[in-house]
Formats: sequence, structure tokens, C-alpha cells
Amino acid sequence: MNALEIKQLTKCYGDGLRALKGVDLQVKQGDFFALLGANGAGKSTTIGIIASLVNKTSGSVTVFGYDLDTEPEAVKRCIGLVPQEFNFNQFENVFDIVVSQAGYYGIPRKQALQRAEICLKQLELWDKRGVASRTLSGGMKRRLMIARALVHEPKLLILDEPTAGVDIEIRRSMWAFFKEINAAGTTIILTTHYLEEAESLCKHIAIIDKGEVIKSTDMKNLLEQADEESLVLSLEKPVQSMPEIEGCRMSSIDETTWLVAVQKEVGLNALFVGLDQQGIKVSGMRNQSNRLEQLFLNLLESKRA
Amino acid sequence: MFNKEYRVALMTIAHKEVRRFLRIWMQTLLPSVITTSLYFLIFGTLIGSRIGKMNGYDYMEFIVPGLILMTVISNAYANVVSSFYGTKFQHNIEEMLVAPIPPWVILTGYISGGVFRGLIVGLLVTLVSMFFADLQVANPVMMIVVFLLTGILFSTAGFINAVYAQSFDDISIVPTFVLTPLIYLGGVFYSIDMLPEFWQKLSMLNPVFYIINVFRYSILGESDISVLSGFVVILVFIVSLIWFSLRLLNKGVGIKN
Repeated sequence: MNALEIKQLTKCYGDGLRALKGVDLQVKQGDFFALLGANGAGKSTTIGIIASLVNKTSGSVTVFGYDLDTEPEAVKRCIGLVPQEFNFNQFENVFDIVVSQAGYYGIPRKQALQRAEICLKQLELWDKRGVASRTLSGGMKRRLMIARALVHEPKLLILDEPTAGVDIEIRRSMWAFFKEINAAGTTIILTTHYLEEAESLCKHIAIIDKGEVIKSTDMKNLLEQADEESLVLSLEKPVQSMPEIEGCRMSSIDETTWLVAVQKEVGLNALFVGLDQQGIKVSGMRNQSNRLEQLFLNLLESKRA
Repeated sequence: MFNKEYRVALMTIAHKEVRRFLRIWMQTLLPSVITTSLYFLIFGTLIGSRIGKMNGYDYMEFIVPGLILMTVISNAYANVVSSFYGTKFQHNIEEMLVAPIPPWVILTGYISGGVFRGLIVGLLVTLVSMFFADLQVANPVMMIVVFLLTGILFSTAGFINAVYAQSFDDISIVPTFVLTPLIYLGGVFYSIDMLPEFWQKLSMLNPVFYIINVFRYSILGESDISVLSGFVVILVFIVSLIWFSLRLLNKGVGIKN
């Protein structure tokens, strides 16, 4: 069964803006699915419609076999949403926010208290349960929204830029948590601007641009389409120019730091052999950008060309 | 239609609403008690003693029901308009929109909060009024029923105001320019018999006039209008406003894109 199935979804706003122009999307049960796109591409509108925050213009949305038009409450019970913006009551304390959310899903208070405790402990917020939500740090606020979204044990968790503005340490711990709950059976849909995040977490990916899905595939296939690798090389000694090596493009950042694009079919060995022949020693190397980022930009460029 | 999950959701919203106004009781409960005490002191005791009788009652006795009801109206309205607008403003309305709660449960939850605040403030003001007037409640059951119906009516009106409000200015315009004149011209301080015929007829279009008179009847046993017609008007307004509120919620007006 598909966790999510969207057919010909359109959204026209009152001012005539066509935010979605017939989106088709399928997310399998148990998947970790990335929905990527530039700002204003239609990601949040799509998520808003799935989560009943935005009225669609036409098309259909089915979640675990339940139709959003005819069984909206069943759809809502399946979904947990972590929105992009902080949307909890700034004056309420952390525990009350999570307990109230459980109440909205019809979970009796005794059970709601237990579940809220479990979720807050999982997200390392239990010590903060009594403080007003507005006093939390940015990372804690993000985790509070995740705890709130999980309190009714949804089968489909939608994460709309869940790690925006979060430091790298917390981001990594959140990634580990998402992997854990996905492994436990929760289907996850993720939107993010950190493409490294999507690359390391997601199994499938859809790229949306100007209200249309321009690519929907599995992550491995997509990454294999990358035809070159971009590296930043640190050299032991400064050089004025680099040798010509077939299949490699080089540009200088400074005399000891060079940006090299190596075609996949050429491979890295050819690059290092060529440099070694000229007596150029490499002291360090790192990826200039992740592969997904390059593919993402290529896809958008080719679509818009 | 009213399953266990809906009941839990309704109790959650109502509990949250009550907790909200109790947490800030200095802003929500106390001001009305102080203001109304001043009305009792100045209009009732100081000026009222020179006015004499109104419809056969001491002026103080005459204005007490209207002043009590004025606090119920303004508190029920203020509770829902500020709470629901705050929920919209902070976007935590989304917490309810993503959950399997039907619109009527959301509406009932907010109305419950407004009614409860109106009831508490109304009872506090009633207690205070006993220090100023020898209050004999003719029909206590009717008094409580009018409390509740008034709370429901003006909580719903506050809800509609909040749905359409797009700024904090919008939630104070209606109470200032519509609600307050309706209350003051609804016969809190005078009997309709004192007005010229034209203004008497105009007063009949004011729903607050009916509510105050029905409430006055429940306390004094005396009213400018028939009690039945008063109840009919109140119920018609309640049904109309609830129907309209549910229509707004179902369409997502002001809360969904």
C-alpha cells in the first residue's frame, strides 16, 4: 500500500497564482521520501493540502488508502506534521502543548500524559517540560514540534524543513532520530534546503519546480546520474598553473587551493597520476559540494532552459 | 456523531481556554468587577439616590441586572475574540486543523471558554452588587439560563469577529463601536418608556435590549417586553450566529489558505 498518493493536484490562489499545476506523487509505506524544490516551488502548498491546512483546487490525495475528500478524519489520524514555522502557543509550557495535541486527537488525558512524557524524553525535552515554550532555544523549539507531531503515533510523519536554523550537532542527532523512527516503520516525507540531509536520509526523492514534479525517482538512481565529482584540493606547495589532464577541469581558488571537476568515467586515479607526474603533492581533499546539490541545480537549469 | 474522541477533543479545547483566562485573571476577571463596582457606587448610590424610582424600583435595583449582564456580554465576547485571534496570530490554530476535530467541536470548545468566563465574572459582579442593593432574585433558574444563553450568543459573535480579524485593531473595533453602543442603548440605565416613540421602535431592533429585559425579569420580576419574545429573539440570534460560524469554519475562511 502507498502511504501517500497524489493525483493531478492543483492549487490556484485568489490572486490567480497557480501554486500547483497537476502534481502527481507516490510515497511507499515505510519510505523516507525527500520533496525538494526552490523557494516558492510548491512544496509547502503540497504539504499544506495533505495536512488539511490549505484547501486544494482540484485533484485527489489519498493517505494509507483514505481519501482526503471523503475520509478527512481518517487521513488526519495517519499524519503527523512538523511545520516550517514555529506554530505553538508561545505562552504555554512544553508539557501542556504536547498533552493538548494528544487531546485534539481524542487521546484520553491519562494516556496523553504518558505519551507526552515518552515523546519529550525521546526528544530530550523532559527537563524543560515546565518552561514556557517561548524561552526555548531554536533547536529545542524544533524538537518540541517533532514531539508534538509524534504524540498520536502517526504512520506518516511530514517534516517541513525540520532542521532549519539548527546547529550541526543537533542536526546530526535529529537525523539519527529520524532514521530510528523510520526504521521502526514510520513513513517520512522530508522537505529541506540542506541537500546533504536529503542525500544521507532519504531513499526516494521528488523534485518540484513551479508547481510541477520534474523528477521522481529513487535516490541511488539519481545520484548515479551525476557525471562528475567536484573536489577541493589542498596542495603542499603553491603552483602557478596545473597540468592538462583529460576529463578534469581545474580552477584556482588560491595558489595552494584548487577546485577540480573530475568526470566519473575518468576517475580519481587519473587525476592523481597526472598530478604526481608533475611533482604536485596533494595534502588534503574534500567535496566541493554534495552530488545531490549539483544534480538538483542541473535539473532545475535544464527544466528552465 | 458525538463519539469519545470528539468529547476528549472538546474537553481539551475548553480546558485550555479556561486555563488561559484563569492564568491571567488580573486581566480577565478583575477589571470587570472593579469597573462595575464603580458603576454601582457612582450611578447607583450617589446619583441614583437623587433620580428616584424607575418602573417602581429604586434606581440602584433597576440598573443592577443590566450592569451584571453587561459584564457577561463583554467578557464572553472578549474571551473568544482575543483567544481565537491569538490562536490565529500565533498559527497554533494549525494544531487543531491538522487533528481530526470537526468544526463544531472547535466552535463549542471556544464558546465553552467564553461562557465560563462570562459566568464567573457575572457571578462575581452579582456578589458585589449585594453590597450595594438588597437583591432579591425572583427566578434564579431563569437567571442562570439567561447567563448561559447570553454567554453563548456573545461568545459566538466574538468568534466571528476573530475569524475575520486580520490585526489586533480589528478585534477592538467591533466591541468599541458596535457592542458598547448596543449595550448602553439596550436599556441598562433607563426604561424604554422614557424614550420618544421613534427611539422606542428603534430599540426593538437591538438584541441586547431583549436580553437585558429578560434578565431583569429573572431578578426583579419586571420587564419592558414579554419574556417569551425575549427568549425567541435570543434563540434566533444564537442559532443564526452558530450556523454562520460553522459555515466559516467549514470553508476555512480566515484560517486556511
